[in-house]
Amino acid sequence: MGAGHAHRLYRHGHSPVHGLPPHTKLAATFAFVVVVVSTPREAMWAFGLYAVLLAGVAYAARVPAGFLLKRLLIEVPFVAFAVLMPFVAEGERVEVLGLQLSVSGLWGAWNVLAKGTLGVAASVLLASTTELRELLLGLQRLRLPPLLVQIASFMIRYGDVIADEMRRMRIARESRGFEASGVKHWGVLAKSAGALFIRSYERGERVHLAMISRGYAGSMPVIDEVTASRAQWSYALTLPLTALVVCLLGWTL
Amino acid sequence: MRKLCIHSPSSVACFPDFAPGAEQLAHDRSWLFVPHLSCKLFATSHYHRTVHVPDGFIDAPMSVATGAVAAAAVAVSLRGARRELDERTAPLAGLVAAFIFAVQMLNFPVAAGTSGHLLGGALAAILVGPYTGVLCIAVVLLMQGILFADGGLTALGVNITVMGVVTTVVAYVLFRGLVKVLPRKRRSITVASFVSALISVPAAALAFTFLYWLGGTTDISIGKVATAMVGVHILIGIGEAAITALTVGAVIAVRPDLVYGARGLQQKLKLRVNGELVDVPDAEPVPVAARSHRTVWAAGLVTSLVLAGFVSFYASANPDGLEKVAADKGIDEKAEEHANADSPLADYGVKDVDDARLSGGLAGVIGVGVTVVAGSTVFWAVRRRRTDDTSPVSTGV
Amino acid sequence: MDVVTASLEVSGLAFAYPDGHQALFGVDFSIARGERVALLGPNGAGKTTLVLHLNGILSGGTGTVRVAGLPVGRQHMAEIRRKVGIVFQDPDDQLFMPTVREDVAFGPAAAGLKGPELEERVLVALRRVGMQDFAERPPHHLSFGQRRRVAVATVLAMEPEILVLDEPSSNLDPASRRELADILRSLDVTVLMVTHDLPYALELCPRSLILSDGTIAADGKTAELLADDALMRAHRLELPFGFDPRWVPAIESRP
Repeated sequence: MGAGHAHRLYRHGHSPVHGLPPHTKLAATFAFVVVVVSTPREAMWAFGLYAVLLAGVAYAARVPAGFLLKRLLIEVPFVAFAVLMPFVAEGERVEVLGLQLSVSGLWGAWNVLAKGTLGVAASVLLASTTELRELLLGLQRLRLPPLLVQIASFMIRYGDVIADEMRRMRIARESRGFEASGVKHWGVLAKSAGALFIRSYERGERVHLAMISRGYAGSMPVIDEVTASRAQWSYALTLPLTALVVCLLGWTL
Repeated sequence: MRKLCIHSPSSVACFPDFAPGAEQLAHDRSWLFVPHLSCKLFATSHYHRTVHVPDGFIDAPMSVATGAVAAAAVAVSLRGARRELDERTAPLAGLVAAFIFAVQMLNFPVAAGTSGHLLGGALAAILVGPYTGVLCIAVVLLMQGILFADGGLTALGVNITVMGVVTTVVAYVLFRGLVKVLPRKRRSITVASFVSALISVPAAALAFTFLYWLGGTTDISIGKVATAMVGVHILIGIGEAAITALTVGAVIAVRPDLVYGARGLQQKLKLRVNGELVDVPDAEPVPVAARSHRTVWAAGLVTSLVLAGFVSFYASANPDGLEKVAADKGIDEKAEEHANADSPLADYGVKDVDDARLSGGLAGVIGVGVTVVAGSTVFWAVRRRRTDDTSPVSTGV
Repeated sequence: MDVVTASLEVSGLAFAYPDGHQALFGVDFSIARGERVALLGPNGAGKTTLVLHLNGILSGGTGTVRVAGLPVGRQHMAEIRRKVGIVFQDPDDQLFMPTVREDVAFGPAAAGLKGPELEERVLVALRRVGMQDFAERPPHHLSFGQRRRVAVATVLAMEPEILVLDEPSSNLDPASRRELADILRSLDVTVLMVTHDLPYALELCPRSLILSDGTIAADGKTAELLADDALMRAHRLELPFGFDPRWVPAIESRP
């Protein structure tokens, strides 16, 4: 694993998309998703164009299609819901392959599927080209409340530590022959969760001590600031702006 | 292998999880699921999880509105958390957020081959207080949205409002109310945790339904969505409630001072343990106040139960509701015809019908929740002013 | 001992926790600038409580603590915390920032340092512990020994008057232990080392204090204290099996 905070979705690379400042990518992704969501669902072709745009980004970021598609699986439960929609929705019905389906339900299913998939794909592209650390810096740059950024960065910093503790507790239990197999073991699991909470909280207190020992007085010193040039901004915003054009066309056509 | 998704009230229903690949990883004996055992929480994904509300589920105006609600709630919580924890906010809330994140990965077995996992809103609220709780869940959701594409970015407002704010606030208000009404015993804390966690999950489902009603992108009748959502989530709520109650119980047994929701109670217990009879004068003013509070709370609860009775009676007598149950049945039959017998959809349909019958009584339970929330808000404001000096005794170092 | 130049001066320090448990019962000692002193004592002797008094995290008892002549108290808190660098036992508590560089920069940045000056300070501190190549790594990807070295660097970056180490050798493998000892020896700051590791104390610190039941029970040359069997037994201090301090060549008291 390379240097830095790598998470599972991140793909190490040096593409132009990887190189963009994180806050431009965050802003672009967010704007893109907003545009997609506000597109009328009847303009089916528009969603096709969005997909093409995202494919273009994926190409520029050298994210392989297989990788992207596999990550889309997270959406599966909602696909199932979308499939249900035509059966349960109200209103006028049409017959498709011998089944009575609701027209509005079909539209609803299409709407969720199209927008949801595009949203997930956009987020996956963002996550696969941006390191954790950068994401935090980007959020900080986008004026997310500093306290929130701090909480997020503590969560990420200590996520592994706490997951490790949880794993050790599980191993300790399993080495004493315990296997959770049903409701009767909930008590044991909850005791672990309780112990984990106490450990987390106490560590929080110790971290706080260590922080004030180094002069912390309530606000985090800003050590890194990311900046973006005008060119980088315009490069990043190409995606949502193009999408906006498509969206406007979708409303007018 | 089926899985009960105790994760998200806003995930529309409890689908058997059929994400390919994920099931193989989450082989059901490993209740505590850390994929690949790589121990790197953020290096591991959690595809087996139900997603939160994705983009496109709620229309744009509603996304903006809930976004504003969520932002306001987070802003209020930031201020509130600062009051609760002062400059310890960042490290402690961050650690608790990491804890919630980890606990959401804790799969507990429900029955053979089925497991669920915790949502954590109620747990966070009871353990660290409502403000910090909201912050923790909001941060967890934010990071899940950005890092794992779990939940749409435009639906972040919905997700935070439903899973962060509603669960936490409902759970905490109920919890405090119950703690006040119930006898001052350790068991009461466990009972209060159980009930508040139990209610918080369907309350979140109901909140989601409400949002969906206002800004859903498909015109499914609100009754159907509510029935499916609330019914399923009451089942989920039982799991959540049991684990929450047991976890709070475990913490209280070891470090009672860490349970935020039981602070008042804990202080009194401690006095009794330490100084035997000496602290009677010290404790005198508090019980008087507490007793009067208790009667108010009890009266409030009784009132809301009575109210709720009317609500549920009205709800079940509503012909519209009955009609919908019938409609559901018909539709489910169709769905079953279409899908194979072992299909997840069939499973879903059966649940749907069962839940429809539950919904009447459920409305009552929710009614209690809502009334308690409303009543407590007023009560809170009054009480706050009076007990300003006694409240935040920090846990020390 | 010259009181004027003392890095650390503790007198009559007594403290009880809010729950009534009293941990310190009048502690007196003083450490001259440049000295390396070990603070030895059994579990529950009040070592951690004492350490937390040195930079004002705990206060409210009686007695005074002075750091380079400055009394520890509300008034000079920022200055005191800059002058007293505490390295906590678990590096995971100490290293809370996303990368090593930011962690080392945290203290100086909180004190108002910025830009190239800050960069320089970070680099120097990392070089002193030999971790300059790991600046961009997240702390939890490092080995335990490396993390402890970075923890020392985070404190060195603040250019403290006195370095306080809580169990610096715990959980280290022999090589990491050796490396840390070399680093500590190479530093020219005053060091107070709280430890159970008696050979380590003997190796690094010419002078030792024994804290027992909340008071200083002994203060003298480390080799002499360790050789005093009765004293050691009285305070539940035990040398590792087969270790005899009399066989170890006496370390020179460095200037």
